[in-house]
Amino acid sequence: MSIIYLLIPIAIILAGIAIAAFFWSVNSGQFDDLDSPAHSILYEDDEELIPEDVRPEKRVKGPDTDTKHD
Amino acid sequence: MNSHVDGVTREACYHCGLPVPPGSQFRTLIDGEQRAMCCPGCQAVSQTIVDGGLDTFYRHRDKQNQKNDRITGNSEQRALELSLFDDPDVQHSFVRKTAQGEREALLVIEGITCAACVWLLEHHLAKQPGVVRASVNLTTHRARLVWNESETRLSALLGEVDRIGYQAHPYQPNQEEALLEQEKKRAIRRIGVAGLGMMQVMMLAAALYAGDIASMESQIVTFIRWASLVLATPVALYSARPFYTAALRDIKTRQLSMDVPVSLAILLAYSASVWATFAGSGEVYFDSVTMFTFFLLIGRFMEMQARHRTGRAGNALLNLLPASALRLEGEQEVLVPATRLRVGDRVLVKPGHTLPADGRIVSGHTSVDESALTGEYMPLSKAPGDLVVGGTQNVEHPVVIEITETGSDSRLSTIVRMLDRAQAEKPTVARIADQVARYFVACTLITAAAVATSWWLIEPQNAFWITLSVLVVTCPCALSLATPTALTAATGTLRQAGVLISRGHVLESLATATHVVFDKTGTLTEGNLQIQDIRPLGGSDTDELLRLSAALEAGSEHPIAQAFTPYFQVRAEHIRNHLGEGLEGELDGRKMRIGTPLFAAQLAGITPPPAPDESGLWLLLCDTDRPLGWFRLDDQIRPESAQTIALLNRLGLTTVMLTGDGSSAADDVARRLGISEVQKGMAPEQKLSFLKALSDTGAEVVMIGDGINDIPALAGARTSIAMAGATDLAKTNADAVLIANDLMRLTDAIRLARKTRAIIRENLAWALLYNVLALPLAATGFIAPYMAAIGMSASSLVVVGNALRLSRRPKRDR
Repeated sequence: MSIIYLLIPIAIILAGIAIAAFFWSVNSGQFDDLDSPAHSILYEDDEELIPEDVRPEKRVKGPDTDTKHD
Repeated sequence: MNSHVDGVTREACYHCGLPVPPGSQFRTLIDGEQRAMCCPGCQAVSQTIVDGGLDTFYRHRDKQNQKNDRITGNSEQRALELSLFDDPDVQHSFVRKTAQGEREALLVIEGITCAACVWLLEHHLAKQPGVVRASVNLTTHRARLVWNESETRLSALLGEVDRIGYQAHPYQPNQEEALLEQEKKRAIRRIGVAGLGMMQVMMLAAALYAGDIASMESQIVTFIRWASLVLATPVALYSARPFYTAALRDIKTRQLSMDVPVSLAILLAYSASVWATFAGSGEVYFDSVTMFTFFLLIGRFMEMQARHRTGRAGNALLNLLPASALRLEGEQEVLVPATRLRVGDRVLVKPGHTLPADGRIVSGHTSVDESALTGEYMPLSKAPGDLVVGGTQNVEHPVVIEITETGSDSRLSTIVRMLDRAQAEKPTVARIADQVARYFVACTLITAAAVATSWWLIEPQNAFWITLSVLVVTCPCALSLATPTALTAATGTLRQAGVLISRGHVLESLATATHVVFDKTGTLTEGNLQIQDIRPLGGSDTDELLRLSAALEAGSEHPIAQAFTPYFQVRAEHIRNHLGEGLEGELDGRKMRIGTPLFAAQLAGITPPPAPDESGLWLLLCDTDRPLGWFRLDDQIRPESAQTIALLNRLGLTTVMLTGDGSSAADDVARRLGISEVQKGMAPEQKLSFLKALSDTGAEVVMIGDGINDIPALAGARTSIAMAGATDLAKTNADAVLIANDLMRLTDAIRLARKTRAIIRENLAWALLYNVLALPLAATGFIAPYMAAIGMSASSLVVVGNALRLSRRPKRDR
């Protein structure tokens, strides 16, 4: 059981590091907008990041080739 | 409602959700389907979005867009304003140069309704040449735009924001807002510390409880206690600080609020645990301390979020006054920022433009649309010598005005000051929880004192620990969670239903409301003129009459003419505008007039036929031979108004209509809707004093309005609600906003508020019951700490679970 004399202090140090990281992220503005990031993942605007050969054919970009129906 | 023109239900505009006028030909191809649009503005906006390949926007938005009349309405003035923003002097206040030689501007964006808007704005701006970075914040509606000055200009980028249907204003953060920002960041940091601390301490506490049942080496127990002490200290001393400061403030003002027992519980439990840890005897309560702090902080944060959400736009008057003005210097017209106007300057105001300041007309006859101030949608005629008010709109002819008041002396600023005063005089609403807290704190302290004395007499060595366990057991956990959880759940539900609550007291005051006071124009009605009826006289049918009249009205920007815009097909020739009388023009070689009966009949050289009896604005169309037909124009009553009023009456509320309109139309609207009391021809000051008189009789008033003229009244009412289409100034000062622009949501809100009140009472009763049961056990020394902890958590869970019943959407009986 004496291992906890080592493990608990390590846990406390880790918690301290986590709090420091959290403070840094709050201060650098990452928590300013709590609403929109949750939605932004849903938008399909990353076509150019998908490699050519696996890009789904339906989603061709451009105003005139609108073939998607939902 | 009883319109002859559009008997069928109208289709909603795909972009902004407003009804599409019959015969509208505005369509956009979105997602492979032709979608109907209500106006050329929405059509242009949606076309821009689709052409930019950003049509995904329409699939992801969860609310309709806001229609922005200011952009679509007078593009010329807007273009002038935008060109001003390229002036380095003007940019000075909100643009800065970055290290890379780029420019960075802070903007407030008007018209953002959901996360998809943010996405659309960011992507549309990022596509423009020269834009380095564009980020938009959904909560504060603020944008940070970084661009390369050599490739593009700020005015071009602001123009692009206009093109997709939003409007950008420069943003100058004021001190109050900077403070709010700080407050929010601090709150998040406190929650983070409390959350992490709570999880760690809980883990250790589980070990301690297990050790209580199966025995654990006392050395290890001491060690774990010390570890808990280290982890709980920042929570008790840093995270829980807002409670202490609030409690201190309350004690200084000799009030007992919920913050007092909360602080007492946290501090006592914490210091006793510290004492126990040092002494190596007694019990530790670090887990209770941290959990309690964390839950309460979450509740407070949600309340704060709701409060900040309405987003205080930098300068609320910004949206009413134009940014630019045409100053006359000798014979020259010079474009200057409106802020540089001084008393005595002469300014040229073109038709369709907004007056930049209060003034007196020097030359020119025109009519002025004062709807922003008075709610009256019919423009008033103005001649040289007449006073005009900044923020109102010049409708017909160019005029030169001499500035008489600017800045803080202007009429608009006076209204804003009146609002501030009414806001300050508003009595604070006593909260149920605070009333309960007062008795509760007193009881707990008395009991604790009694317990301490009796144990001191019987068994002095146990007195301290038993007294402490009494205090911890009665720790007002469930009691202080009872109200915030119910309010948070109800606020969330209402937000989904389209009612945004921005002040904490709304749910409690809605539940006890006795009177609902409505503004007429823009609240019970749509707030614009529409053709309600057509009566042909002689040969032509209604379609032909509409074609002819729309052709004539195409020459005017008057609100009357706008009622005809949807029917526009051809434009008449030689259109002449007779101020205050009507229009004359030629179509298919026929000379025609539309306007007041007398004016129109003159053309045929006859006395006008008697107008039909129905109230409303009757226009006559005449050619050179005979009268052709009557048109009745009126403000359209919202489709849901009558039902809302009926439901409110059924809920036992008295309905009142306050309006600036002095005509008989007000009585007509009230009669048709079944409103019991009408006050017409009211100035903003009168509205406020009427509400005050009403409150003095003991009534609890809910006021619903939308215009600048309603703002003092909104501030004076116990609860104020603004419509979605209201001016920003009204929205930021209202306690709640009907973002769905549907009056029916008001009845939903009132019903949910009543249910919330019932649930708060249940919660309080339960929390008190638990405390009453646990207290004697603790006082007699029967309660082990883990039992107390379990009991406390269980009672808190019951309270939270009960509050969650409010998250079900209210059902309507239609």
